[in-house]
Amino acid sequence: MPVLTYREAIRAALSEEIERDPNVVIMGEEVAQFNGAYKVTEGMLEKYGPKRIVDTPISEAGFIGMGIGASMLGIRPVMELMFWSFYSVAFDQIVNNAANVRYMSGGQIACPIVIRGPANGGTNVGATHSHTVENILAHHPGLKVVVPSNAADAKALMKTAIRDNDPVMFLENTILYGEKGEVPEGDITLPFGRAAIARTGKDLTIVTYGRCVLHSLAAAETLRASKGFDIEIIDLRTIRPLDVDTILRSVAKTHRLLIVEEQRPYCSIGSHIAAIVQEEAFDELDAPILRVGTIDAPSIYSPPVEKQQIPNVDRVIAGILRLL
Amino acid sequence: MSKKSPESAETKSDACAVKPSTHASAPVNAALSNAQRIELYRKMVRIRRFEERCLPVYNSGKIGGFLHLYIGQEAVAVGACSLMGKDDHVITAYRDHGHAIAVGMDTKPLMAELYGKITGCSKGKGGSMHYFAPDLNYWGGHGIVGGQIPLGTGLAYAVKYQGKKGAAMAFMGDGAVNQGAVHEAYNLAALWDLPVLFVIENNGYSMGTSQERSSAGELGKRAEAYDMKFYICGGHDVYEVRATLDAALTRAREQSKPAVVEIDTYRYRGHSVADPDKTYRDRAEIEDYRKTKDPIQVFQNQLVLEKVLTPALIEEIDAEARAESERAVEFAEASPFPTAADIQKDVYWETDQPKRTSEGRIFFNQP
Repeated sequence: MPVLTYREAIRAALSEEIERDPNVVIMGEEVAQFNGAYKVTEGMLEKYGPKRIVDTPISEAGFIGMGIGASMLGIRPVMELMFWSFYSVAFDQIVNNAANVRYMSGGQIACPIVIRGPANGGTNVGATHSHTVENILAHHPGLKVVVPSNAADAKALMKTAIRDNDPVMFLENTILYGEKGEVPEGDITLPFGRAAIARTGKDLTIVTYGRCVLHSLAAAETLRASKGFDIEIIDLRTIRPLDVDTILRSVAKTHRLLIVEEQRPYCSIGSHIAAIVQEEAFDELDAPILRVGTIDAPSIYSPPVEKQQIPNVDRVIAGILRLL
Repeated sequence: MSKKSPESAETKSDACAVKPSTHASAPVNAALSNAQRIELYRKMVRIRRFEERCLPVYNSGKIGGFLHLYIGQEAVAVGACSLMGKDDHVITAYRDHGHAIAVGMDTKPLMAELYGKITGCSKGKGGSMHYFAPDLNYWGGHGIVGGQIPLGTGLAYAVKYQGKKGAAMAFMGDGAVNQGAVHEAYNLAALWDLPVLFVIENNGYSMGTSQERSSAGELGKRAEAYDMKFYICGGHDVYEVRATLDAALTRAREQSKPAVVEIDTYRYRGHSVADPDKTYRDRAEIEDYRKTKDPIQVFQNQLVLEKVLTPALIEEIDAEARAESERAVEFAEASPFPTAADIQKDVYWETDQPKRTSEGRIFFNQP
């Protein structure tokens, strides 16, 4: 099976979808001539030309809104936000227009847009560039939220996202862009709302997504070696829709739940999952649900300290040890 | 243009001009059949009567939320939308009833929408500010000032991308010109030669703040900064609106060029019905517009001069428009409300299909 980086896998999905559907357009700041700020779209302008790969001015409200309008007429724009952090200047377009236009029109309008880009901390770019916005996006009915952790999923989920007739918010991670993984060849898609069991185990369930899957796997291996713990890891892949059944099944098996996320604790994805699990599987729990997330402050710049602010293997281990 | 307080009513004629419109001879107007002229007039009257009928319904508590009436501005929407071809598109803000009727929406579902009924044009999910009819190329009906302008630019982008010879008209009020999203859209449209007209319906007030208290400089002229052509015209004579927009639309369709069109108009009612309309403008100003520039009266006078309208026909059109608005109220009254089960329909395309495309939980419900 071919080995691709996460970045190459997304590029492969974009390229295949461009070739498949003449209505797919890639747009964003520096996606064309500059080859992408993070090189996700490298080489695509040369291959597909300026009608399909479009550089926009630094004007997120304008171009995201324009993409939403174009999608109402059947274009399938894939809009790159250089950082998801920049969504705040396009927030009205995303939450009022993309999320609501179908509803407010009584179901007459579809909005098949994908907005993609990295949403993560850990790269010492300070508070303005390190927002993790999956909770804020998922709070808005009408939006779908995708958070792939590896190259194969990134490719398959991106293809699903582009074909989806609802607005899909696709959250990547700059630190994952260089991570390699086996990616099956061919036109493979993955349905949203189907979590992966990244590791099977019986002693404790970790529910996680994105880069935190890697920390969780490393922590589980460490504790298997040192203490013999057998930990199950669920990679959500998508936040909305959410694979609640897989979470509940795992909790019913392990009776202990740790949620690992690169979110601040207040009103996080983990808060939401904890609420659901205690509502629907209260009797299965042998311990309180714990969360390991980002320390509750704006993202610090200081490189060594930022590593401690966001989840890391040591903090995941500490979380597990409080439950086992 | 800058809005100045009108001269006092006493110094002006107290009647709308009965001299012929200087725009009647514009080719787009000269080409109109009598039936088409009457239809323009009828649409303006239908908008006026529909909205006047909304008022007592609102005051009786049967319409919730806001009600932004278009009364006084009818010539703008009717003139503009009468020029639409099959690949032309319209989007506007929350003062959207006039455009809805102008593009051809039936007033029954419009009234039912105000009542919050399932038979409303948006199934009772949008309300007054959110009328849509994509089948008529009418894309709303948007509640956030200026937020619809990037969408309208996107409609134009799609038209151009698909190789069609159409244009989008993105309407906004004079208050919207100060929103950042509008300027971002101007830049994109000019940069990429998108066939979009940014139509500013300048009624002089952004809510209760007059133009001179809210906007620096001339509104239409801001187009110059983007190297965009701009047009300024009066909005009281439907012929003038048509003549100006026809030129702009033809240029947009043929040359794929955007433009700003600033149209001078006036609303008689408050920003919304909840606006007491006593603090920021003089009653005499409203009366002056009513008496001297009312778009329906202006066009009625014109069509009488043209011998297209007769007193009997004027009366018939008015009576029919009043009857139509009554029928709309009856329809709305008799219609059922949506049910609680309808709340989670029309949220996602996916969940409205017989079979979902994804798995997992997409709605999160509480007892």
